[in-house]
Amino acid sequence: MNKKKVMSRVVSFLVYGIVAVFFIWAISNSYFNYIFSQSSTFLYLLKQHMQLVLVSSLLAVGVALPVGILVTRRSFRRAEWIVSNTVNLGQTIPSLAVLALMISILGIGFKTAVFALFIYSLLPMYRNTVAGIDSIDENLIDAARGMGMKPIQILFRIELPNASYSILAGIRTAVVLNIGTAALAYVVGGGGLGVWIFTGIQLFDNGYLISGAIPVTLLAIFVDYLLRLLERKIVPKGSKPPQET
Amino acid sequence: MITFDKTTKTYEGGVTAVDGVDFTVEKGNIVVLLGPSGCGKTTLLRMVNRLETISDGKITIDGEDSMSLDQIALRRKIGYVIQSNGLFPNMTIEENVMIVPDLLGWKKKEKRERFNKLMEMIGLSGEKFGKRYPHELSGGQQQRIGVIRALAADPPVMLMDEPFGALDPIIREKIQDEFLQIQREVKKTILFVSHDIDEAIKMADKIVLLRGGEVMQYDTPSEMLVRPKNEFVREFFGKDRAIKSLSLHTINDLQEVIGLANMDETISDTITINVNHDLRNTLSMLLNQEADQVIVIDDEGNKLGAITIDIVQKYLHFEIKAKPTLVQKG
Repeated sequence: MNKKKVMSRVVSFLVYGIVAVFFIWAISNSYFNYIFSQSSTFLYLLKQHMQLVLVSSLLAVGVALPVGILVTRRSFRRAEWIVSNTVNLGQTIPSLAVLALMISILGIGFKTAVFALFIYSLLPMYRNTVAGIDSIDENLIDAARGMGMKPIQILFRIELPNASYSILAGIRTAVVLNIGTAALAYVVGGGGLGVWIFTGIQLFDNGYLISGAIPVTLLAIFVDYLLRLLERKIVPKGSKPPQET
Repeated sequence: MITFDKTTKTYEGGVTAVDGVDFTVEKGNIVVLLGPSGCGKTTLLRMVNRLETISDGKITIDGEDSMSLDQIALRRKIGYVIQSNGLFPNMTIEENVMIVPDLLGWKKKEKRERFNKLMEMIGLSGEKFGKRYPHELSGGQQQRIGVIRALAADPPVMLMDEPFGALDPIIREKIQDEFLQIQREVKKTILFVSHDIDEAIKMADKIVLLRGGEVMQYDTPSEMLVRPKNEFVREFFGKDRAIKSLSLHTINDLQEVIGLANMDETISDTITINVNHDLRNTLSMLLNQEADQVIVIDDEGNKLGAITIDIVQKYLHFEIKAKPTLVQKG
């Protein structure tokens, strides 16, 4: 066994250890009790949380992907810097400020929260779409054109499959971040597990805090895993980057 | 047949990349576009399948003006091979090779048969390689696949843009030979871009030497080596062009013109050489002095005579001075 391997064993052992200690501590203090004693509220909040993430992510995919594809077309190349800067700008505004701004426009509630999350998901999705398509060897496109493929065939048979790894990685990053950020929806009355987290903070009640926070974390890990599986399914074997270990 | 008729390419801003080019690629011939970088050879090639627009003049393919054809249909009728092989990493070898037939709507069974036949041509097993991905193949194998991909739908015309330029010299030579072998069978009309003089001499039926978008000379390799039209051609082929021209001739050619030397049966230190060997390699073998006598044999192994440096020199002198046109290869 080499040094690197030993290191990674040690680190993962420590991490698992800390997690285990945390859970033992939390369970022994019966901090998870709310999940069971108020299970209907918990399920309601969880569902709300997932709805926030799902709706905002789907919207973001629906916008970021087509826009990313569009700006990588020859005739729209010139628009790329405008679009990129606009999307970048959306990311640089602090999330709370976006939420506050949106309240004045959309009022409080689910819609505002979804909109803010949507803005936040755009950048990673858009940027990875553009980067993925840009990273394709120019010669491949040249060969495809020279063989008589139509632009739409080049897009669907060459560009998207070869960019799929990057595009899906962007989506995964955005969605996982989104699950965490969705806890802030509480601030604008958007519901979700943030309700318990903020209640916990306000009441100094570790029970609420942990009953809200841990499911969010687990949800993020679970969704990350699911999307990785999806990646493995979708990305063509020949287009994967060299296997990381 | 490809005919260039005062074909011109002028870029915005007035730079002329190709300037009134006139020549014809005969059916079944390989014409090599040769010249220093920036001479417009690749641009000219790409104008044939309209990856570059034609500013002036025209290009006709088998009598049809290329501009009168639908661009997509035109490209599907022209095989296209590029230097970096251009294989699509997301597709298997079989999918890659069968792209054009697929675009043309061939049936599954036809495609499978064609694929196996093409793979056989380059000595690879279709069964074994069909499901693999490009990155799992060696550079030489990838380039071979690139070549048969261009042949897949059996197009009459092929464009090859430095197809073997990225390969190491040993593999390159092997693939060149293999390709010439295939060409003898399929007899495509081929336009071939190269910057390598040796490759051009070896592959070409005729060479177009370009400079600054203009044709300097359009001739057979031997004519160009022996009778350069101007100073540029002379310099381009270099001082060793006489030696280069030897690669166009075999011992057989020499034997027919001036005959071989008599064998000296008393010398025991001999090596043999096949009569189809080209004279350039023969000469370098003679210069290496691996043996005291080099004996020429035919395919059956019959001894035909001996070959010496003097005879090669005599032949070269005779060919350059006495004959207006050298024997063409092929």
